[in-house]
Amino acid sequence: MKSIKFSRSPLLSERLPPWRQRLVLVVLLGAFAALIIRSLYLQGFNSEFLGDKGRARFERVLDISATRGRITDRHGDVLAVSTPVRSIWAIPEDAQLTPAQVRNLAILLEMDVREINRKLAAERDFVYLKRQLPPDLADRVSALKLPGIHQKNEYRRYYPAGEVMAHMLGFTGVEDNGQEGIELAFNSQLAGKPGSRRVIKDRRGNVVEDVESIHPPLEGKDIVLALDSKLQYLAYSHLKRSLEENRAKAGGVVILDARSGEILALANLPTYNPNNRVKLVGAQLRNRALTDTFEPGSTLKPFTAALALESGKVRFDTPVQTAPGKLTLGTATIHDAHPHGMLTVAQVIQKSSNVGAAKLALSMTPEQMWTMFDGVGFGTPLKLGFPGEVGGRLRPAKTWKPIEQATMAYGHGISVTLIQLARAYQAFARDGDLVPISLARIDTPPLNGKQVFSAQTAREVRAMLEMAVLPGGTAPKAQIPGYRVAGKTGTAHKLEGGAYANKYVASFVGFAPASDPRLIVAVMVDEPSNGKYYGGDVAAPVFAQVMGGSLRSLGVAPDAPAKPIVMTSAEPVREEM
Amino acid sequence: MARLNLILVLIALACALSAVSANHRSRKLFTELEAAQKRMRDLDVEWGQLQLEQSTLAAHVRVEKSAREKLGMKPPGPAQIISVDAATR
Repeated sequence: MKSIKFSRSPLLSERLPPWRQRLVLVVLLGAFAALIIRSLYLQGFNSEFLGDKGRARFERVLDISATRGRITDRHGDVLAVSTPVRSIWAIPEDAQLTPAQVRNLAILLEMDVREINRKLAAERDFVYLKRQLPPDLADRVSALKLPGIHQKNEYRRYYPAGEVMAHMLGFTGVEDNGQEGIELAFNSQLAGKPGSRRVIKDRRGNVVEDVESIHPPLEGKDIVLALDSKLQYLAYSHLKRSLEENRAKAGGVVILDARSGEILALANLPTYNPNNRVKLVGAQLRNRALTDTFEPGSTLKPFTAALALESGKVRFDTPVQTAPGKLTLGTATIHDAHPHGMLTVAQVIQKSSNVGAAKLALSMTPEQMWTMFDGVGFGTPLKLGFPGEVGGRLRPAKTWKPIEQATMAYGHGISVTLIQLARAYQAFARDGDLVPISLARIDTPPLNGKQVFSAQTAREVRAMLEMAVLPGGTAPKAQIPGYRVAGKTGTAHKLEGGAYANKYVASFVGFAPASDPRLIVAVMVDEPSNGKYYGGDVAAPVFAQVMGGSLRSLGVAPDAPAKPIVMTSAEPVREEM
Repeated sequence: MARLNLILVLIALACALSAVSANHRSRKLFTELEAAQKRMRDLDVEWGQLQLEQSTLAAHVRVEKSAREKLGMKPPGPAQIISVDAATR
């Protein structure tokens, strides 16, 4: 075959039909147009979907956990704190373990082999094997590299003060949500909100770029309570000792700051350990000082006297005839077990005469008394935001019969909570006004509250209450060496099934130093059954110990000589019930 | 003309390389930031645990028990307390 050069090829000199050229041009242009349309479709119309698909190849969404806020006392001592723990869970279908592996797991989790096998045999997609394991132990579990066994980060709440603060703080559930007490009341502030963010991870799993934060995590806020853990411990330990000595069923102590209205301590018994709530019964859980009402008895007499003074009908030295120690109204009779004869208004309070208080009450209208009781906060909850708070019982004045008005003068036929009682005594500890009480620490104390009595009346009642702890009063055992004390005892029969039983509630409410009150302490002991049951014998000593210790620990200057005015072994005047 | 082109190519190359290195450095710094933040969280957790431990050890129940039993301490009687006036101190 003879070769020819391309340029000499005879084919080149041959003319092609013109349509071929055009056809090629059209086909090429058509292909080009198709490419442009396709690229427009991908770039414009479909770009979002494709972009997402692409990003999904290298972007990851990470959850950021948020910790629950800490609860501290007023000095910053930690009362409740969350620390991370891990829960071990399994997908039973994937967890095909050899007996040896199950044994190892059982040893680490401190569980029974049979229990693990039972859980792994469950017909579910998800079972918890063990919740809230310490992180170091959980690391050892993950080191076993068992198939189908996974871990989840969680938080566990610890309460270092244990049972001392249990009622105040409450507790959280396994999901770290508040279920009782402060934990529930302040849950929205304490609880954090977990967030999430989108990141780019490299081949080794390291985060190399932060793309965006989807929800920033919201850390739980720390709560600073008004509680003083030292005072709380004083209240708790003295109440506990008294309950043991008097073989009482239950009890409560409240310490209020008279100036700011802060709750410095609130202790109840029986109590529980919030760190270990395995065997918990209802009685232990009750925050009695806030959620249980009782008939306060004689601790209400000062309010009757204050109202009588306020109405201008009597002065503190106006004589009241209490002889012969009984007063009959309709079919009922009010008794003084120890008749006193002629007493001044001040002595009615000092010696706690029922007849005297009833006579003072009957000089006023039911509406006046109702307005006063309502004014000092009885019958309505304090609205602290605490779960289960109650308001007690104060019936409308229209329904009062004279005998009821008379018994209410000395605290029967009306029921209050211990914290209401402590709060109402603010009116005497301050100059007749009430400031709101607070669970949280207050940095600027309120100056003036709601005026319920005049300052003059408050000062006179304060003097009467000081007499009650002096010789000749019902509560010399409430004296504290070094401080002037004012207070009132209460001893009430308990209502059982509508009738008064031979069971008692002993109480004492008082404040000190009487020259410039700083603290209000209210003590209630339910069913003391070791012989003594008078407020002056059971509750007053607790008051003296708690108040004395608290004043010393706060460094309040003494306002009286250090020697007790009377030896506390002297027999107090018996109050009436 | 050819020289200008060469210079432009070199400039473009330098820019590209510096972009790469800047990106790399930013990722390295970011990893460091991540590590520091993780450390911060770990320290926060540890702080919480130490606070817990401190509160447990300083619990009033424990302090009172050791003071009474180990150290033989007791609260002073009224006669043993002398109050000092703050002004004369």
